[in-house]
Amino acid sequence: MRNTSLNKVHELAKHDPRVVFIGSDLGHGTLKAMKAEMPERFFMEGVAEQNIIGMAAGMALDGLIPYVNTIAPFITRRCYEQVAVDLCVHNLPVRLIANGGGVVYAPLGPTHLAIEDFAILRPLPNMAVVAVSDAEEMKRLMDASLDWPGPLYIRLAKGGDPVVSSPSDDFRIGKAILRREPGRVLMVSTGATTHRCLQAAESLAAAGIESGVLHMHTIKPLDGEALRRLVPGRDLLVTVEEHLLAGGLGSAVLECLVDGGISLPKVLRLGIPDAFTKEYGSQDTMFDTFGLTADKIAASVRAALSPG
Amino acid sequence: MTKISAIRQAAAQAEARPLDNRSKHLRRLVVEGLLGGGRGHIGSSMSPIEILRVLYDEVLRFDPANPKWPERDRFILSKGHGCLAQYALLADKGFFPRETLKTFCKRDSILGGHPEAGKIPGVEASTGALGHGLSIGLGMALAARLQSRPSRVFVVMGDGEINEGSVWEAAMSAGKHRLSNLVAIVDYNKIQSYDQTDEVQPLDPLPEKWASFGFAAVEVDGHDVDALSALFRRLPLEDERPTAIIAHTVKGRGIPFAEHQPSWHHKNKLSEDEVRAIAAALEDV
Repeated sequence: MRNTSLNKVHELAKHDPRVVFIGSDLGHGTLKAMKAEMPERFFMEGVAEQNIIGMAAGMALDGLIPYVNTIAPFITRRCYEQVAVDLCVHNLPVRLIANGGGVVYAPLGPTHLAIEDFAILRPLPNMAVVAVSDAEEMKRLMDASLDWPGPLYIRLAKGGDPVVSSPSDDFRIGKAILRREPGRVLMVSTGATTHRCLQAAESLAAAGIESGVLHMHTIKPLDGEALRRLVPGRDLLVTVEEHLLAGGLGSAVLECLVDGGISLPKVLRLGIPDAFTKEYGSQDTMFDTFGLTADKIAASVRAALSPG
Repeated sequence: MTKISAIRQAAAQAEARPLDNRSKHLRRLVVEGLLGGGRGHIGSSMSPIEILRVLYDEVLRFDPANPKWPERDRFILSKGHGCLAQYALLADKGFFPRETLKTFCKRDSILGGHPEAGKIPGVEASTGALGHGLSIGLGMALAARLQSRPSRVFVVMGDGEINEGSVWEAAMSAGKHRLSNLVAIVDYNKIQSYDQTDEVQPLDPLPEKWASFGFAAVEVDGHDVDALSALFRRLPLEDERPTAIIAHTVKGRGIPFAEHQPSWHHKNKLSEDEVRAIAAALEDV
């Protein structure tokens, strides 16, 4: 997914002279082809995220469209004030491509995880927050990103994620995609939890529980219309996210429904509890720890539906 | 112990040299804003007046009738709390009517306690959170290079402001990119909010710091109009280096009882006696 995203930056830059790339201190050889072809629009600026965001803002104020890339916690927490003031207050078309969103960097420990990125970026006026499900969907997002008018946060998944998106999706930033029609249950997922929810829905269907999956690739602006249309009539609404339970997708969905006056069915929010991670392992083992594997999602849904 | 330069020594005695009528006029505009809003960073707005005066009078290329003219020079007041100084110059140059100064900080005013781009014609970036302006200016200088525009970028920072690490990230990057179209100016009035910079966070040797980051760094008496003018005419000081100008200034310059006084960094109340005394100090000669 990361290579797909970055190669798309190069491709966009070929067709649009406004596009520039700014990395911090990325892996050796990152976007080598772009650097060779258009060195004047390729910037590798060192471990200095505050400066990079301000610099991107200055470029955008003068008509450029910077795509900035580094590791998720460092493009969010480290330079939060620059993101808020330089990008969001000015409402500038800067794109933040965040490597290793969620628990992708599980073996590296809590300094390198981005499990609060939705929560800290979502409240910032003008900021858009997107987490696509797979590399194919990333291509569509990158195409859509070019003309997005304001700042845009793009959370990258681990890579090699099963492709569940489709060319017929009519992908648009801010427009959720219904991956599976709901029955008694509607699951709302984002990023890497979507394919796990689809798997969970399969096993639930086998047990006679029809469960829909609404892929909310855009956390902000949230597709309230889809929620208002699909939530009424369900016995159970489930939100599933690779993120702290505080302030992420589940919070956004509930805010939207409550503010929209929609009567809530029973709600189950699956995500990461209020604690820094205490183990290493892999993204998959952390999903297991936090009950976010397909099997555990399905089990939680069954438990929530069982009487008493 | 840092050796104190002759320029710095002379600048510290700036009050011994009377201000001319233009400098007094611009300070009166600052006071109009201050009285209109009932508050303001008065000391911080008085120290950079001559820097901004010479820039706007002689150096910057701009068109008040077309503030977005692409080839204009960019000016960023990174020490956004000193905005009354910039508002005085923008009003004086006709970016907005002088009457607007009286609306400073009022509910529907375009002039807030920190300058906002998009609201105020002639303001390039919203500043106020310290340590942002040099990075934004760096991005603008790179954009100018990429777009083959002759635009130059001038960023005025406060001395307290350059405590921020982000300033030095930007300085490293400007040195790397050899941005001769970027000019960083430090309004070095030696006083930050709490107290003397030497007490809170010593900065010296300042020209050497900037030079070591790849800048052509010079000192100047920041109230000496002729010296500023001569210096700005020499820009860029070197063909492949950004410029750093350490402007030795006096906080509160022009108001005798505010000069060198940390307590005049910001005021939200002025007594009638103080207002009268300020007016008397700023009368034309």
